[in-house]
Amino acid sequence: MSEQDGRTPALAFKGVDTHYGAAHILKDVDLEIYEGEMVCLLGGNASGKTTTLKAILGMVEPTRGMVYIDGQPVNGWTTAERVKAGISMVPENRRLFKRMTVKENLEIGTYLRDDEENFEADLEHIFELFPRVKERLSQKAGTLSGGEQQMVAVGRALMAKPKVLLMDEPSMGLAPVLVAQNFDIIDQINRAGTTVFMVEQNANMALSIADRGYVLQTGQIVLSDTAQGLLNNPQMRSAYLGEA
Amino acid sequence: MTAIDERPAPPEAPEERERKALRISWIDLFLWGIRIAAIIVIVFGLFGSISKFVAGEGLTAQGWRDLIVSSLAQGAMYGLLALGYSMVYGVLGFINFAHGEVFMSGTMVGFIAANWLFENGVWTSNPFLAMFLVLIVAMITSTLVAVLVERIAYKPLRGAPRLIPLITSIGMSFFLQYTFGGLFGVGFNTYPPPPEVIAGSVNIFGIDVRSTQLTVIIIAILSMIGLWYFVTRTRSGRAMRAVAEDKEIAGLMGINVDRTIVLVFAVGGAMAGVAAMMWSLLFRSVNFFAGFLPGVKAFTAAVLGGIGNIAGAMGGGVLLGLFEGVGPLLILGGLGIPGVSQLKDAVAFIALVLVLIFRPSGLFGERLGSEDRV
Repeated sequence: MSEQDGRTPALAFKGVDTHYGAAHILKDVDLEIYEGEMVCLLGGNASGKTTTLKAILGMVEPTRGMVYIDGQPVNGWTTAERVKAGISMVPENRRLFKRMTVKENLEIGTYLRDDEENFEADLEHIFELFPRVKERLSQKAGTLSGGEQQMVAVGRALMAKPKVLLMDEPSMGLAPVLVAQNFDIIDQINRAGTTVFMVEQNANMALSIADRGYVLQTGQIVLSDTAQGLLNNPQMRSAYLGEA
Repeated sequence: MTAIDERPAPPEAPEERERKALRISWIDLFLWGIRIAAIIVIVFGLFGSISKFVAGEGLTAQGWRDLIVSSLAQGAMYGLLALGYSMVYGVLGFINFAHGEVFMSGTMVGFIAANWLFENGVWTSNPFLAMFLVLIVAMITSTLVAVLVERIAYKPLRGAPRLIPLITSIGMSFFLQYTFGGLFGVGFNTYPPPPEVIAGSVNIFGIDVRSTQLTVIIIAILSMIGLWYFVTRTRSGRAMRAVAEDKEIAGLMGINVDRTIVLVFAVGGAMAGVAAMMWSLLFRSVNFFAGFLPGVKAFTAAVLGGIGNIAGAMGGGVLLGLFEGVGPLLILGGLGIPGVSQLKDAVAFIALVLVLIFRPSGLFGERLGSEDRV
């Protein structure tokens, strides 16, 4: 990560530990995500991936170490304050407000922003990324197909104008066709300039579009390299990339 | 997109299918029996009423019209009250049985205001201002009580199983009843007679309508429009619906879930305050127990319309008002049963049972997924 020296990371962990009751979940985790990057966090079940996201959003407080957003320490901040500081998440399984229209879902994304006058312009930006969303604007979100719902979920998160977009298991519970489509969407918004931090089990897929990756194992970062480096790492190949 | 679960179901063995059909048929038979009985009663009742009417017995045409309008007015009041039950159920998933007492507190404190205005002559000299002030006082009182109940009794129980806040709400209901009974005495307080401007009748499309009832219906429509605007067009309203649907994700979007829940209680309380003012126009007399029956009826209306559904609550209220106001006389009166108006409460709840048997999610409801059923 030396090429990033001198820049302030958009999102960073420094020596973060978390506990759940007596269980030690994250152990001395360091993360740095820089503006414009796409970074993925890989790991199996119970490796601490979800806890990492919760710690970013303030749903879990570190028992040791610091969380920084844009260089600012945010320990003790509420979720709303962190969202306002520029973190926004696309939850696992999309979790749209199904009984609300697509437009209302996108409006909810702007909830903490003060500049309502820019709403239409931002909406146009979402339509440029996902023309399909425009056709569905007044439809109830629950009536959309899985792929369309994913676009709206990403759109909803983007409407908050995040500095870092968090993606929680974008491949989870989707048919293979949709997984590919989904990663296209992520790739597309990253190319359009959004910093992405993705938590994912599907290491092959994630590394095919990410710049860098971290590997989490029982709460510890065991590997950290460029996506290419990880793909070629023999240890990685045997443990996560499905090669014996 | 690609539907994975559209595979054809594996063919059942014939005996398996037969057994299934047999098992369902007993319940079906029973339900069909009830359905047919209900239809027979309704048809014969209607027929009886119509033949009576043609023979010039029973109510006159004007009498029926009066009955319908007064039922509508009462139904509108139930509807506004039902909103509180429905909205709280929508965000917290339990029935706030203290809501009837939130309404009662509005009628009681509203009475003090009305009495004061009456004694100082404002009631007669400036009737609209007086009624407006009573409305505001009732709304503020009910809102305050609703929010306090939430802060004190329900907030500490957030995350507890649903039965626990439910029991607590029954406790709050008694607490409020006897607090008001202690503060105001247990006797009836009677509001001053409606100001002269709305004491008579007005003629609308050839129908004479009592002005008080018309006022109630107009206030209900205005409140509904206001609420609809708030819920669909404002940021806070959207936040409320988002919280009702998925608290965790609403929180992730930066919505303050706790504050939104308070807002739900406040809005429900304000609507109960409006209903309290309507009660004062329609029935005038109030005491510490005045919230019980309207509360139960409004809860019924909320279930009738599909609980958790705001438009359904209003529709359910109006329907319940019509069922219990017009139903007994129209159906049972036609069958020659005497003293049917005494049966209005029974009719209201029979209607509820029938609706729940045939449409468990309420008349307008699409909520109540399988996880909400018992």
